[in-house]
Amino acid sequence: MIKAILIFNNHGKPRMSKFYEHYTEDTEQQIIRETFHLVSKRDENVCNFLEGGLLIGGSENKLIYRHYATLYFVFCVDSSESELGILDLIQVFVETLDKCFENVCELDLIFHLDKVHNILAEMVMGGMVLETNMSEIITQVEAQGKMEKSETLTLLFIWQSMRQSQASRFSSKIS
Amino acid sequence: MPAPIRLRELIRTIRTARTQAEEREMIQKECAAIRSSFREEDNTYRCRNVAKLLYMHMLGYPAHFGQLECLKLIASQKFTDKRIGYLGAMLLLDERQDVHLLMTNCIKNDLNHSTQYVQGLALCTLGCMGSSEMCRDLAGEVEKLLKTSNSYLRKKAALCAVHVIRKVPELMEMFLPATKNLLSEKNHGVLHTSVVLLTEMCERSPDMLSHFRKLVPQLVRILKNLIMSGYSPEHDVSGISDPFLQVRILRLLRILGKGDDDSSEAMNDILAQVATNTETSKNVGNAILYETVLTIMDIKSESGLRVLAINILGRFLLNNDKNIRYVALTSLLKTVQTDHNAVQRHRSTIVDCLKDLDVSIKRRAMELSFALVNGNNIRGMMKELLYFLDSCDPDFKADCASGIFLAAEKYAPSKRWHIDTIMRVLTTAGSYVRDDSVPNLIQLITNSVEMHAYTVQRLYKALLDDISQQPLVQVASWCIGEYGDLLVSGQCEEEEPIQVSEDEVLDVLEGLLVSNLSTPVTRGYSLTAIMKLSTRFSSLNRIKKVVSIYGSSIDVELQQRAVEYNALFKKYDHMRPALLERMPIMEKTIFSGDGIFTVCLWSVFPVLQANDLLDLLGGNDVVPIIQTTVPTKPASAGGELLDLLGDLSLTVIPPMTAYNKNGLIIEFTFERSNPNPNIAVITIHATNSTEADMTEFVFQAAVPKVCSFPSCILINLLFMSWCIGT
Repeated sequence: MIKAILIFNNHGKPRMSKFYEHYTEDTEQQIIRETFHLVSKRDENVCNFLEGGLLIGGSENKLIYRHYATLYFVFCVDSSESELGILDLIQVFVETLDKCFENVCELDLIFHLDKVHNILAEMVMGGMVLETNMSEIITQVEAQGKMEKSETLTLLFIWQSMRQSQASRFSSKIS
Repeated sequence: MPAPIRLRELIRTIRTARTQAEEREMIQKECAAIRSSFREEDNTYRCRNVAKLLYMHMLGYPAHFGQLECLKLIASQKFTDKRIGYLGAMLLLDERQDVHLLMTNCIKNDLNHSTQYVQGLALCTLGCMGSSEMCRDLAGEVEKLLKTSNSYLRKKAALCAVHVIRKVPELMEMFLPATKNLLSEKNHGVLHTSVVLLTEMCERSPDMLSHFRKLVPQLVRILKNLIMSGYSPEHDVSGISDPFLQVRILRLLRILGKGDDDSSEAMNDILAQVATNTETSKNVGNAILYETVLTIMDIKSESGLRVLAINILGRFLLNNDKNIRYVALTSLLKTVQTDHNAVQRHRSTIVDCLKDLDVSIKRRAMELSFALVNGNNIRGMMKELLYFLDSCDPDFKADCASGIFLAAEKYAPSKRWHIDTIMRVLTTAGSYVRDDSVPNLIQLITNSVEMHAYTVQRLYKALLDDISQQPLVQVASWCIGEYGDLLVSGQCEEEEPIQVSEDEVLDVLEGLLVSNLSTPVTRGYSLTAIMKLSTRFSSLNRIKKVVSIYGSSIDVELQQRAVEYNALFKKYDHMRPALLERMPIMEKTIFSGDGIFTVCLWSVFPVLQANDLLDLLGGNDVVPIIQTTVPTKPASAGGELLDLLGDLSLTVIPPMTAYNKNGLIIEFTFERSNPNPNIAVITIHATNSTEADMTEFVFQAAVPKVCSFPSCILINLLFMSWCIGT
């Protein structure tokens, strides 16, 4: 089971955090800080696996991370997950983000936090891997995005037609 | 009231903040705006406000006032609202808040919604944070969705079912019928989640495990198709077809095949095929191989397959990729118990990994090295491990030191080597050894009688170099206290004896007392050592002076010791030599602590004949002994007991005194129970004939394995008052 998925930058600022087990808000922030502290110390050419910090389960849980440009993607998992498999999963996640945002960079993640959560929700649910097929994930995310867009468009349409009818009534009153 | 700003604006504003205080101020202002907007019950902008709240929550600011708003969003009809509402529920709510139960009805309605995406949202939320009450209410809906033909919903329902089972294990039965044709799906997403569901059910219940064993042929077939099928662009990851699914199936096969011959038999071929056909140039291939190796080691595979697996691990160890090496070391650690010889072949590579720069690899290699140490390779391995101890990080030193002590104790080829190794550990990592190692070492040194002179000499030399490592100093001062006479007389055989005078020794010990580096415990050790030397050295005046100075020390422990030693000089000088003489050899017992007294009770079986009992006692390796931790020779009462039951006639056994020492008298009386003459009753009387109270008297009874349930032992503890006097 995946306990938490964290994305933070080289200075430790969180860009996305999703916990699949409950912790209080303070503990969550502490976990993010502790994880950043552990992961940033690592050299470039060492292995991508770490024992978890004390807050998030100690030696039971492992931190599996990958460093892309300015961002760290960290998955905290327990012993039931395959370490190498999770590395591949991180790769699939980043590639999906890349396809959805077109050459994703840190700013995309900053300004579209909700979209990142939606993409992640199509991949990992309740701490377990849901879907790993990139095209399937993207299809679903785009379909839901279309639904949202159509709702805002209908709203805009209704509002515009309301204004027009108001204006016509006004003009009819004048004339 | 102006329209609340968009999330994007908020983010842009926050990013312009230059200090933490500025950021906090902006966020507080925005929180106040959001709060007043919530109060106005404005439906149009609620979605936007909650989105901003979630962003602030991620940065670490409190956002609990938005919980109810999330619920209102979930109840809305618009998809956009529902989406943010459910996201907010997952991030902000959990089962500890009472409000979460209000969601149950909304989720129930949404699970039956016409749009699949809304149903998906509901399943997702339930699967992430559903509490046991919610799961109980909604399990029926989830089960219904598990049977639908819509693959998008089916896979979500499967994972939601896993969460339900985790929260409420009793509901597992409910999902059983729905799992019947899960594996015949074509959609890989559904297959993947179904395998997860099956894995969870098998792990939780042995009945399910035996029920699902019949699925092994189907799983093998699916795996075969994945490997044999050509390139399929949908599921391809670096040239391998759906590696995630392959890994999951291998894991499920592992669980199903464990301990079962037939299933293991059915899997052998496919495992061999996967192991030989998978490409190892990319991480994906290695992930599959790793999982295959773990499966082979866990099931009852044939030996050829096991050898193949260990060879794969050996190849992993030589791989340049650190991740692969890490993974190989982890799996070797798991298999070293069962396939010890096979792993020994790779010992040199493992020892090389100790020198790797990577902390995680070093730790794994250290644990594995300790597991591989045996009588044959102890000298070589110890050299490497001591070198590692020198150069490793402080985090490792404590574990490494304890590991070395354990290994040395088990496999030491000679006493001198053992003591040298301990000395080496104490001098290199002395401050990191565990607290209990000091008494263990002292006990070890006491027992190696012929090495006393050598040990004390080496310890003395180490003390001259460095007095900062407390465990080393404590052991050294104890030894000097005990064997100081050997040190001064220069009796060492093993190495060149050094010339040391009594004054020099006393200088060193007094130096420990005054040094800032010594802890109070160490000071206690050195004061006692100085005192002990009063019977071994001739410079009594100096010792008397030191002891009387510390009679007014600020440290209570030191003061008490000094005062008592002073009293010893003044009033009880005749007892001093006896009190301070050499310690006898200490028995190593499993139970530590004072005054724990272990008695092995043999029950008398109602059905056994006398002869059987004889055989039982004669043929068994387990012999009843009575042990104490007080340093006396073991009581021979055990032997008497043996003799007693040796010529047993099961009619009458005279009472016997099992232990009579230091005022504690323990008597056994045997009689037949009146209503049922086949039952013998053994009564133990323990009496205290001293004037002082005896505390921590622990009663423990050990019974032989043959004693099965029908012929049981009834132990009645009657607490009587302690008798004073005879």
